[in-house]
Amino acid sequence: MTSKERQMKGKKGQITGKEWPLYEVFIRSKNGLAHKHVGSVHATDSTTALEAARDVYTRRQEGISLWVVPSREITASDPEDEGMLFEPAKDKIYRHPTFYKIPKDVEYM
Amino acid sequence: MTNKNKQMALVEYAQRLGDNSLILGQRLGEWCGHGPQLELDIALTNFSLDMIGQANLYLGYAGEVEGKSRDADAMAYLRDELEFRNCLLVEQPNGDFGQTIMRHFLFSTFQHLHLEALQSSKDETLAGIAGKAIKEVAYHVKFSADWVRRLGGGTPESHQRMQTALDNLWRFTGELFETDGVDALLLAEGIAVDLSALQDPWNTAVQTVLKDAGLRLPKGQVVVSGGRKGNHSEHLGPMLAEMQFLQRAYPGLDW
Repeated sequence: MTSKERQMKGKKGQITGKEWPLYEVFIRSKNGLAHKHVGSVHATDSTTALEAARDVYTRRQEGISLWVVPSREITASDPEDEGMLFEPAKDKIYRHPTFYKIPKDVEYM
Repeated sequence: MTNKNKQMALVEYAQRLGDNSLILGQRLGEWCGHGPQLELDIALTNFSLDMIGQANLYLGYAGEVEGKSRDADAMAYLRDELEFRNCLLVEQPNGDFGQTIMRHFLFSTFQHLHLEALQSSKDETLAGIAGKAIKEVAYHVKFSADWVRRLGGGTPESHQRMQTALDNLWRFTGELFETDGVDALLLAEGIAVDLSALQDPWNTAVQTVLKDAGLRLPKGQVVVSGGRKGNHSEHLGPMLAEMQFLQRAYPGLDW
């Protein structure tokens, strides 16, 4: 569906240019795991966003719990700051806890 | 009552349930690629698949009890209009999104009550199907009721469209609660659901949502019925022609 078709039709069918707000969708695939970002949906409010997320993203048993968040509420890092923000961690290999053995009973690490 | 009578009644009963699901499923499937939003398009076709899944179980069981080697596909694709046992409500055209939602709300509210009762049927197969389907339908009820409230209480245009949909569809709701010899016979056996007991809870549930939505009940309308006897509206035939075309043109075709 093109973005033009997504636009709501107003009275007498004219395009009003008003799109439904975007929500980001997060799914917990099973207990013990964190919610993971899977995509987004357009919806009129958080209730419909949750329904849309259920309808679009859980058709194949993807999860047992859903979160939806208005996309506009997300503050994102600037791609131009990538060097400043993330490069310095590159040579700090000692921060990886690779020197420990993970106990057998710990399932998700 | 003879076993033969009971068997024939059970075939008929399973067909009624199966045809309601099948015809509504086919109708909802017509939205595929035409939904007002991608998200709603998928929601409606999900519902369609839920309904067709139920139909597959009910009609498969009808064929099994009948014992004439008809499977669910034969039931769905090789019966003629007069042999379909669905109520008139589910075969009504989609209209706009509002009308589809109103039809689904009126029917799934009924269906949910029906499945609730069918879960304790003495027929284990029917009770089992009900146990599976009721989870699907619980979501249908919530989704459609939410949309009835939202559109009924929305803009003047959305409100008007919902009122028109209700005015159009209301006359087909009385049929949902009609009973005949088949119901009576199977009710005595503890197999069928007592439809007359569902009418009050249905009225309460439906009217609560309609009131929230600011919609008024049509007054003094006649009840139109006959679907379960095979007397369908003019809308079923063309729909079956499309649904059954492939099997009629190429009998036994599979993929």
